[in-house]
Amino acid sequence: MSLFSVMIWLPVVVVSCLAAGWLFQQALILLVNETTAKFLRTAPLTACFGMLTIIFYIIFAVFAPFIAPYEQYEILAGAFEPWAYPYVLGTDNLGRDVLSRLVYGARNTVGIAFLITALAFIVGTVLGIYSALRGGLIDQLFGRFIDVLMAIPTLIFSLLMLTIFGTSVLSLVLVIATIDSTRVFRIARAVALNIVVLDYIEAAKLRGESTAYLITREILPNSMAPLAAEFGLRFCFVFLTISSLSFLGLGLQPPLADWGSMVRDNAELISFGDITPLIPAGAIAVLTIAVNFVVDWLLHRASGLKD
Amino acid sequence: MSKKTTTTAPLLTMLNVHIKGLSDETWVDIINGVDLDLRRGEVLGLIGESGAGKSTLGLAAMGFCRDGCKITDGSIEFDGLDLLSQSRQQLRQLRGRRIAYVAQSAAASFNPAHRLIDQFCEAPLKHDVMARTEAEIYATSLYERMNLPDPDEFGYRYPHEVSGGQLQRAMTAMALSCRPDLIIFDEPTTALDVTTQIEVLAAIRDIVKQFNTAAIYISHDLAVVAQMADTIKVLLKGDEVEQATTPKMLKSPKEDYTKSLWAVREYARAEQPPVTGQQPVIEINNVTAGYSPRQDILKNVSFAIHKRRTVAVVGESGSGKSTTARVITGLLQPRMGSVSFAGTPLPASYQDRSRDQLRHVQMIYQMADTALNPKLRIRNLIARPAAMYLGLSGRALEDRVRDLLRMIEMEPDQYIDRLPSELSGGQKQRIGIARAIAAEPGFIICDEVTSALDQLVAEGILKLLDRLQSELDLSFMFITHDLATVRAIADEVVVMKDGDVVEQGPKSEMFVPPHHPYTELLLGSVPEMDPTWLDRLLDSRGADNIGDAAIARMK
Amino acid sequence: MNNLLFMIVKRVALGVLTLILLSLLIFLSVEALPGDLAQEILGQQATPEAVAAIRKDLGLDLPPHIRYVNWLGGMLQGDFGTSLALKRPIIDLIAPRLQNTLFLTLYTACIAVPLAILLGMMASLFRNSYFDRISNASALSAISMPEFFVGYILIYFLALSGYFPSMANITPSTPLFEKLYACFLPALTLTLVVTAHMMRMTRAAIINILALPYIEMAHLKGVRPSRIIFRHALPNALAPIVNVVALNLAYLITGVVIVEIVFVFPGLGQLMVDGVRFRDVPVVQASSLVFASAYVGLNLLADIISTATNPRLMRRK
Repeated sequence: MSLFSVMIWLPVVVVSCLAAGWLFQQALILLVNETTAKFLRTAPLTACFGMLTIIFYIIFAVFAPFIAPYEQYEILAGAFEPWAYPYVLGTDNLGRDVLSRLVYGARNTVGIAFLITALAFIVGTVLGIYSALRGGLIDQLFGRFIDVLMAIPTLIFSLLMLTIFGTSVLSLVLVIATIDSTRVFRIARAVALNIVVLDYIEAAKLRGESTAYLITREILPNSMAPLAAEFGLRFCFVFLTISSLSFLGLGLQPPLADWGSMVRDNAELISFGDITPLIPAGAIAVLTIAVNFVVDWLLHRASGLKD
Repeated sequence: MSKKTTTTAPLLTMLNVHIKGLSDETWVDIINGVDLDLRRGEVLGLIGESGAGKSTLGLAAMGFCRDGCKITDGSIEFDGLDLLSQSRQQLRQLRGRRIAYVAQSAAASFNPAHRLIDQFCEAPLKHDVMARTEAEIYATSLYERMNLPDPDEFGYRYPHEVSGGQLQRAMTAMALSCRPDLIIFDEPTTALDVTTQIEVLAAIRDIVKQFNTAAIYISHDLAVVAQMADTIKVLLKGDEVEQATTPKMLKSPKEDYTKSLWAVREYARAEQPPVTGQQPVIEINNVTAGYSPRQDILKNVSFAIHKRRTVAVVGESGSGKSTTARVITGLLQPRMGSVSFAGTPLPASYQDRSRDQLRHVQMIYQMADTALNPKLRIRNLIARPAAMYLGLSGRALEDRVRDLLRMIEMEPDQYIDRLPSELSGGQKQRIGIARAIAAEPGFIICDEVTSALDQLVAEGILKLLDRLQSELDLSFMFITHDLATVRAIADEVVVMKDGDVVEQGPKSEMFVPPHHPYTELLLGSVPEMDPTWLDRLLDSRGADNIGDAAIARMK
Repeated sequence: MNNLLFMIVKRVALGVLTLILLSLLIFLSVEALPGDLAQEILGQQATPEAVAAIRKDLGLDLPPHIRYVNWLGGMLQGDFGTSLALKRPIIDLIAPRLQNTLFLTLYTACIAVPLAILLGMMASLFRNSYFDRISNASALSAISMPEFFVGYILIYFLALSGYFPSMANITPSTPLFEKLYACFLPALTLTLVVTAHMMRMTRAAIINILALPYIEMAHLKGVRPSRIIFRHALPNALAPIVNVVALNLAYLITGVVIVEIVFVFPGLGQLMVDGVRFRDVPVVQASSLVFASAYVGLNLLADIISTATNPRLMRRK
């Protein structure tokens, strides 16, 4: 494929993606009730395409064993078989089916990224809101400490931590979740700071409500919109980070199929003009793009529909 | 007020103007066919509640629409030019040079990055009206005329170095920089304290008269407009209600809506006699408090509130009224002194107070929007205190919530399952009241509860509070800066300034001299529904004995 | 003016404090390693005597706080210790590679910063136009792509056909022009990602300011749109834009690691990744500290510049 043919194909792909998004939006509007339909009509086509894509990925992740033609670990043939039946996308450096590993990768990579994000969110949100609510010295100390942790770039920090704790899945999850929870802390605290100054929080405090009640009933429900958008953004970050680590050979360890390490394992094919390693990399990119499109729409809505 | 010459052709003519605005992806009407006529040198007052479309109409007079607004029909003619058919460049030629604008918030409308004088000179230079030196001299003369301090040096300051009242005058000076034919004043004194408002009003009126400039004066405050305008036009939700000359409009309004606006001012309940020899419900004893140990906001404040009495605490921003409320509720611990409820001292911090002590001190907030958790339904909002303090649950709780809704004159079946966002401003404030009385308290702090509401709605709230007080034996502390509210509801008045109580006593005595000089200034600064009020005030006090200048003299 | 100076001194002090805390964190995290460095060097079969000897040699028998002071003191004098895997002084490994990495970062910044600010300003000016929408969607897509994806795509299209080298093999003695040519693809990869971030943030910063009342006031004074942007919006947007630039340069530091691997670029990132692979702890420690210092330094610089350009802080009553 030459650069020239890409120039021709790219607009075609973009337009058909948007068309798919439009069809999906129309189908959804027919299925749901009036208020949700009204909400959906405000979605730009990019966001619709994003939602459709995310659903696809979830299906692949959940039903991976039924969709994939082979097991992810199975060594079936010689290394680097070309794209031909029965190995539609060829085989990798060890002779495993690339398509099957791609499908299982959805489960492993996306699943772990989701787990890490959820973990980071629970810890970061609770601590962030608590810190904003308490204020004073505790807030200062938390804030300073988090600032120091955030002064190290994520990837560098995780490299350092993985050197120390080794590269098992557990340490990967804990290390990235810890690092990411600092970012969540910061956002949650900022969002909560805007809420704790409001009169209804003062009223609840004066009523004698407990801290747990304040966090769960008064503050959290009112910070859902920005936090949901942040969840999407954080997921993208985590997903890219663990993919990058895997690409460096320090993330998910073999023989688990994982998109980042699939790129790395097959990277040498690129110099022979074979695009196999670009496919898992593209899978990462498409999901991140999809999530970002949806988040962008949500953020735009949250900013009050102006501009 | 300028003498009108009715023979000259109109300066501004608006005919059947329709304006639509984008709200939640649909176009809604903001102005539905308003006509407007303005002659040279004439001042027109635009009156209406929030959402009446006053500002939108004012901006349309400059051929300007905010983002998400569009003029859909009608014509706007300024001095023979059809504004709607002018090009952008032609409109730019008019704006700032022939039509100028004075915004509500001067602090936000001055660019923080440039000195005042540079912003003053921008329009004259861009429109080639004056050279730089000439413009600077003109600025200084205007600053002087507007009683700004140090007129020679004043313009060389940045906006953040100047007080709110001074900025508002500087903005009026800036509007005059090209000697325009028409100025739009969009609520120029709404954000200011009453004593400061007077200075700005006097300056604006003096300058408008001096230059014989035509003006549209937009405000929700009738008494203010009465001082400024020759003619008053009343707007309601984008429609014109009526228009008449100021004296005629004040004396004999025709439409019911206008009459109801006027009537609000007259509501006043009978003052109840002072209580003697009884234990007060709330007693504040020599409280000194502040947010940092070095600076006290309250200095040795003492007053008491008796059963079934309303004490109005009056003062301008920074006087310590809200801080007093924070000390009573226990959000701020006083450095010295204490607060007692029914004779027993309350612990300084709300965290150390018992559930019963918390129950007895309730609060109603200024902004009903932020006082109610937007994610909770009315049922839960009101039920929570009843369940917490009184242990109600199930059927009994449901009945109690419905009773409370009826007490605040809201139909339970209709409202009980709504979210706060599905209520109007006045209704939200009623829910705030219901939540406070659900705790069955002895004492309620009302923090500017009516100042964010339109006058008619505010009056309804005051009447409701009055009724609840007699039905439930409540004591109120009413924090307000608005003396009309004080007249309407208070039994006793406490006047605060810079953290001191300067005067206190029964309402009937407060409105009769002799006063503390500050009380006198405060009382004197409240505009009255009399077009000659400002003239009389300036005559009696002198033009340089009002506002900040007068306060400075007291020291 | 004193106020400004005080502000800057305060920020710098805070930055230094952060760096000290960071170094402590990096130091302590290695302390938490199971086993110790001596064992690591000699391997499992070493005799206890040999281990004890090397512990003494490395100063590992001293109490932790003394070792920390020695370690930090060494770092400040350019003594970064010895690599376990390569048995060479780390400073000799880091110095040329840091130079290469800085070159690549600077190269990228020179392309990306002006481009991003220009695009961001255009997008905010033509808000909601097709230009805005398309550039926004493309920027979002570019942000979402992992650096190695962008890198390999560029290799596939631009290197296989022989326009540019896919391996950026440079040494300090390579002539500048050749260096620029060799590093073109890695720099382009980084540019694509960073420009997208920066452009979106610049657009948001300017749009925030255009919504303020003083901009409406300028319109109502009859000021030309171009003058509104340059005279009224830009002076106030400067601080947020500088922040955006610094933030993204700091982000470059992370991106550089991946790009160095893709293009086999002899930079600090590659050194660090190799260090992690071989568990060469001193190398990882030293390179983390260098990366973190650069990151903190850039953020500090942004802070100072945005403080210095804020008229509210320049002159106080």
